[in-house]
Amino acid sequence: MSCEKMESRILGYIDGRLKESERLDVEKHLAACSPCRLRVSEFRAVSGLLDELPTIEPSEAFNARVHALVAAEPVKQSWWAWLSFSPRIALVASMLLIAALWMGYERQAVPPMDMAQVDAQMLQDLPVLEDHDVLSNFEPLKELPPPVQQADDDSSDTNM
Amino acid sequence: MVRTDVQLMLDVKSGDEASFELLLHRYRSPLVNFLYRMVRNREQAEDLAQEVFIRVYRARAEYVPSAKFTTWLFRIATNLALNSLRDNRYQKLEDSIDAPARIDSEDGDDRPLDVAEQHPNIEQHLVEEARVKMIRHAIDKLPEKQRAAVLLHKYEELDYAEIAKILSCSESALKSLLFRAYEALRVELAPLVAHTKQ
Repeated sequence: MSCEKMESRILGYIDGRLKESERLDVEKHLAACSPCRLRVSEFRAVSGLLDELPTIEPSEAFNARVHALVAAEPVKQSWWAWLSFSPRIALVASMLLIAALWMGYERQAVPPMDMAQVDAQMLQDLPVLEDHDVLSNFEPLKELPPPVQQADDDSSDTNM
Repeated sequence: MVRTDVQLMLDVKSGDEASFELLLHRYRSPLVNFLYRMVRNREQAEDLAQEVFIRVYRARAEYVPSAKFTTWLFRIATNLALNSLRDNRYQKLEDSIDAPARIDSEDGDDRPLDVAEQHPNIEQHLVEEARVKMIRHAIDKLPEKQRAAVLLHKYEELDYAEIAKILSCSESALKSLLFRAYEALRVELAPLVAHTKQ
């Protein structure tokens, strides 16, 4: 292992966070490299010095201030959370859902149309359709005299 | 049975305020200490720690345990600290040249220097104070990201993967960052290192 490679492993070695194989590699390198041995020794000393820094305790008012901030937060709930806190609404919503599902099922449950029945109905209606066709194309009806209203107008003109 | 951080947070998500109280109790001291060492101002550190907790509380509804809780928590804290340092809003000159000589105590309460302190050996006490001050100064001199990496590694004992996520870098970049930080500390603390070297 090179000295450069040591850079990425030296702190892990000092902290005891290396895998066994990595640790053995580092120790093998250290046995042959006095500058890296010195560095390990000095990094250990730095780590020990950092341990000397005392800790502080949060002030007594800390929790109270956090509680006040939490209490001042606007109540923001998700749609589902709102339902979970309103059992009556949740009950009504679930009943509506069940009803909707049931109605959907009922619609699907209608048997498919019988094609023979459809054909029979069409045959039954056919004469009516034919009558309509005959009447709409009946020649004598097209040659009817002009409307009565026009005749009346002509007679009034002659009286003058 | 002790509930995990993730379990507590999921309980907070489902409306259990007592679980938030437990998280507050569990992490208030680590957070305040981390932030104090980052921003070097006790009042500001507490304000930022409170902000961290309120952000956690606000995010409870959307919380998904995709990573360790501490990764998420310290990521919020680190970002707040870095932003605060960059904004330079709360930076104060801790030791004013106009102020009387004070013991720069670690608890943040600067007390006037009193020779009649209750220490049996005042000289030893002053040496220790100077030593702590030197260590603190060396940490303060580190670039912000290196400082955060050292604090998370040394004091919060987070693993490399967690710290890398918090600082948004790769694990190899983090190892390089930590190496450079320890190199800088080794040089800065050389007089103390020489005495304590094993």
